[in-house]
Amino acid sequence: MAYLFVLPFVVVFLIFSVYPVLRTLQLSFANYKGYGEIEFTGLKNYLRVFQDKFFWRALWNTVKIWGVNIVLQLSLAFLLTIVFSDIKYKIKGLSFFRAVYYLPNIIAATSVAFLFKTLLDWRYGTINQILLKVGVTNPIDWLGQTSTAPIVISLIQTWMWFGNSFIMLMAGVQGINTDYFEAAAIDGAGRWKRFFKITLPLLRPILLYVTITSLIGGLQMFDLPYLMGTVDGQPFGSTQTVIMYLYKYGFAMRPKQVGYASAIAYVLFLLILIISIIQFKVMNGKED
Amino acid sequence: MAKKIYTVIIYLLLGILAVSCMVPFLLMLVNATRSGNEIMSSFTLIPGDSLKENWDAVWSYFNLFLGMWNSLKVAIPATLLTSYFSALTAYALAVYKFKGKKVIFYTIVVFMMIPGQLSLIGFYNLVSSLRLTDSYIPLIIPAIAAPGTVFFLRQYLLSVLPMSLLEAARIDGAKEISIFHKIVLPIMLPGIATMAIGGFIGNWNSYLVPLILLNSPKKFTLPVMVASLNASQDIATNQGAIYLAVAISVIPVMIAFCFCSKYIISSISAGSVKE
Repeated sequence: MAYLFVLPFVVVFLIFSVYPVLRTLQLSFANYKGYGEIEFTGLKNYLRVFQDKFFWRALWNTVKIWGVNIVLQLSLAFLLTIVFSDIKYKIKGLSFFRAVYYLPNIIAATSVAFLFKTLLDWRYGTINQILLKVGVTNPIDWLGQTSTAPIVISLIQTWMWFGNSFIMLMAGVQGINTDYFEAAAIDGAGRWKRFFKITLPLLRPILLYVTITSLIGGLQMFDLPYLMGTVDGQPFGSTQTVIMYLYKYGFAMRPKQVGYASAIAYVLFLLILIISIIQFKVMNGKED
Repeated sequence: MAKKIYTVIIYLLLGILAVSCMVPFLLMLVNATRSGNEIMSSFTLIPGDSLKENWDAVWSYFNLFLGMWNSLKVAIPATLLTSYFSALTAYALAVYKFKGKKVIFYTIVVFMMIPGQLSLIGFYNLVSSLRLTDSYIPLIIPAIAAPGTVFFLRQYLLSVLPMSLLEAARIDGAKEISIFHKIVLPIMLPGIATMAIGGFIGNWNSYLVPLILLNSPKKFTLPVMVASLNASQDIATNQGAIYLAVAISVIPVMIAFCFCSKYIISSISAGSVKE
């Protein structure tokens, strides 16, 4: 009976999850245009990935855009968590603020991309019009300069995701027994001490969960930079992420270089795996 | 006194942050009612009177309501399949003892960690060799196997389901499948709803997979349709129409969010605080 119950899951899982992952692995050792013959070439694609400076540039872009975003996102989420979990000043309206802060996250990244692309337009965008009104002399080409475009994308990511992190951290804090805080307060521990000695250590598992899921999601960033900077990551490739690079070789290019794109996917996976393990070790290791 | 000032400052900052979350949408709504020339020449928060013209421009370019309908045709069946089959699988994993159970469970855990890009190319390759590109089938059927949802529901079931209830039903001679449908499913409903909301939003907003699979514009889901704005030259010169197109794609989600933000937020909280 149990077999009958798990059968649909297992069949679909094998066909649409397990097989594609293995197929990508197989293709990563081959030369394949997406049609015609599959010619196996051993480790050639992998060697090419390691020598491809545009791959490393895309990786560095991705890490940079994600890194700025995660620092801002977590800082903001932490500040909010401290504010709303303070036992002395009982700040009200948690469910209202939580909902408003989460709002940008529920909107499709495609819509968010067009909204900001239009608002940030160099000549006619509303943001520059506001800046000119308050005394900035020259309009800023937000999406046209390598110095601003990646940061703009980081900031939009932060805007989209800080509410999500805040909700997760807050859920963690609400799971902490309030007796701890009260006992610490009676013993004379101040707000910051309570935060660093009680809240932070108890939140560590959730923090780990938030950063690892954000890392896995962040290194796969595609929708926003793709729509704001096209497949080549304008300006000058500064917003091209790894998945955009993979998309270019695996889907956009004619003829496609499917094997090379597959190797990119596996190199990225190995990097994510290594970083996650390090992250896990570092954050869990502090205990002893 | 100091406490009062502190409280006021905190509320002020929280308010500013809240406004910054909403202002882009506000600008979007205002600009959707202004003509392209008005938007280019100056900024204002007073709505204009070009809504009709913008509407006509958007409508002549594409039918966003068709996009919404297409998105619903994918997101609703996918969410239902994920909910039902994940519940069934989670039930089998939580309650029965059988050979291979451990293998299935650990494979699920491993696949939860594997990023989607790893299967992307193989998936497309599979779908095109099955001649299923430009169809909704590869967007819907894979939803039957959702490892994350199965994992969550299994944990959920272990914490809420009293085993004695199952024993009692078996003694009464109930069939296993009807025990699942009549007893277990209702008990699991809050957990299923939590996962279904998150799954629906994910499906509704999904862009990359529909982008690579769908070719004919009349089959485009809403995000793919909105993204095709990029290719259009005549609409790109009319910012009012772009704002309106984005607004049409955003407003239904916002309305839905007003009604069920509570459930959405509890579904995120549930995801982070695992037993």
